[in-house]
Amino acid sequence: MPKAFTPKVVTANHLLEGDVIYLANDGGWTRRLEEAEVLMDEDYAAVRLGEVESRQSEVVGPYLADVTVGPKGVQTTHFREEFRKTGPSNYNHGKQAEAV
Amino acid sequence: MYQYSDFDAAYVAERNRQFRAQVERRIDGSLTEDEFRPLRLMNGLYLQLHAYMLRVAIPYGTLNSGQMRQLAMIADKFDKGYGHFTTRQNIQYNWPKLPDVPDILDALADVQMHAIQTSGNTIRNVTADHFAGAAADEVADPRPVAELIRQWSTDHPEFQFLPRKFKVAVAGGKIDRAVTRAHDVGIRIVERDGQIGYEIIVGGGLGRTPMIGKTIHDFLPEADLLPYLEAIVSVWNLLGRRDNKYKARIKITVHENGLDEIKRLVDDRFALIRPQFSGVDQALLAEIKAQFQPPAFRNAPEDAFAAAYDADPLFRSWADTNLAEHRAPGYAIVQISIKKHGDTPGDATSEQMRVMADLAERYGHDELRISHEQNVILPHVHKSDLPAIYAALRDVDLHTANIGLVSDIIACPGMDYCALATARSIPIAQQIAVRFDELKLEHEIGDLKIKISGCINACGHHHVGHIGILGLDRAGVENYQITLGGDATDDAKIGERAGPGFSYTEIVPAIERLVKAYLDHRTSKDETFAQAYTRLGAAPFKAALYPEKEARANAA
Repeated sequence: MPKAFTPKVVTANHLLEGDVIYLANDGGWTRRLEEAEVLMDEDYAAVRLGEVESRQSEVVGPYLADVTVGPKGVQTTHFREEFRKTGPSNYNHGKQAEAV
Repeated sequence: MYQYSDFDAAYVAERNRQFRAQVERRIDGSLTEDEFRPLRLMNGLYLQLHAYMLRVAIPYGTLNSGQMRQLAMIADKFDKGYGHFTTRQNIQYNWPKLPDVPDILDALADVQMHAIQTSGNTIRNVTADHFAGAAADEVADPRPVAELIRQWSTDHPEFQFLPRKFKVAVAGGKIDRAVTRAHDVGIRIVERDGQIGYEIIVGGGLGRTPMIGKTIHDFLPEADLLPYLEAIVSVWNLLGRRDNKYKARIKITVHENGLDEIKRLVDDRFALIRPQFSGVDQALLAEIKAQFQPPAFRNAPEDAFAAAYDADPLFRSWADTNLAEHRAPGYAIVQISIKKHGDTPGDATSEQMRVMADLAERYGHDELRISHEQNVILPHVHKSDLPAIYAALRDVDLHTANIGLVSDIIACPGMDYCALATARSIPIAQQIAVRFDELKLEHEIGDLKIKISGCINACGHHHVGHIGILGLDRAGVENYQITLGGDATDDAKIGERAGPGFSYTEIVPAIERLVKAYLDHRTSKDETFAQAYTRLGAAPFKAALYPEKEARANAA
């Protein structure tokens, strides 16, 4: 049996603002991980990443990041992605400050 | 201080014009990121975890009040009201937006500053002793040499595509305050029989493979400096390992080929190019030196200092800890700690920058310095002005009396900002500082340098800390390795790894055990941590770090 696929999201930095963004279901960008399109299939994930790699004038450095989906919704699996999702720990700056 | 010539001003303006057009072309889609990336890096613009980061050069760490105020203005107008002073005497803005960066660069050019060659595989911003021109032990001011090297290396046509980055530091004192032995090239100004010359050190560096630099020339005549430097960089440029990024720095080239072979190649190259240096460089150096004349020191009574020193214990503690000896009678070097307990090492708010600028203008001959230890220096202050300076610093929380102590920690931005980091540095530094402040042990412990890096690249100089902390990613969890016995001064040494790493929650208690072991083992208050480590070796410190292992060994 093939190894279970870890769900992914497409993430990148916004070209102008430089902040962390995620690909949403509608093909637009969202700044909230909860609104990201969760990719449950390896081939489809590759397709979605391929699509955004041509959108150079919107984003920088798109890649696939691991996530899990559970009762609390979409969660990061690595602390680096958790910092990207939240912001720095020394100031209330970045995403944590923007969240209402 | 050096003032831009018309050539310098025109050069920076032209570079800014070019970069503005490059940013426009990136935004309109004409340039891909792969095409744009090297262009932005040439202008100090990185993309980090949460935002762009602009690294602005502060050549040899020297600023005037107008420049500091402009840095504050940029922090307010284009960033989040603060800046981060780095271990290479630069300032970093953590939140600029791409379309604003050309305007930021123009604002910098207005005060004769730029971000050129603060990144990329070029000769980086030249650093120098932060007490330059002021230290009691100074042989000669290192800044004219650093400025000469800056001009020579900026856009040097042979050296724009080096195997890797190249860092130069210049020290002019009998004491090395510029960590010259941890640079690709370190230059120490020395005097022999009344003649000034240079000790040239090559192949030092921290990072993945830390190396202490080796002396390649013990007394280079003044006039030979640029051709000799050019020979070194030129030899490395051809020989350096472009096949492997991790082996590309000159420290590996020197290590693999041996100092003797490198010296032979450098001497050959030097013989070839020396005649091309017609003396223009020396004429230029003389002009630069004329711009670094010492200020007119005044003769004034020091009664106000003595009165405050006797009357106010807080002022006395600050004066005892944060002042350094100045070469002029009645003067002191003021070290302003940017390390308030619990704050981010090296971060200053725009308000704090303005206060420091005002103090420099009013009391300090209009000079400020940034140290590689991420503090700010007022190099020339008459002692009678110290009480007023202390009061002004206290109003903006810049009066922490901890220079050289356990809470005066060097820390890189780590994973709170840096895209390369493998773990956080800043919160570790904050927690250590707060812990030892709670214990009220800091002054009892005395001289102790803790340095923290959030990845193997070692921007936080952990290898040369008395206690070094390296943050790593171990199976998806932050893990911190401790090194012991490093030294950043004249007897530069790479610290030795103490043993297995500690988790994020274990590392601060581990440091506490380590420091308490020092207090238990030292012969007297006069024996520093570094001296005690040299005398005792690692064993008692390892025992304190790993008590369970110690207990098991004793039970066996």
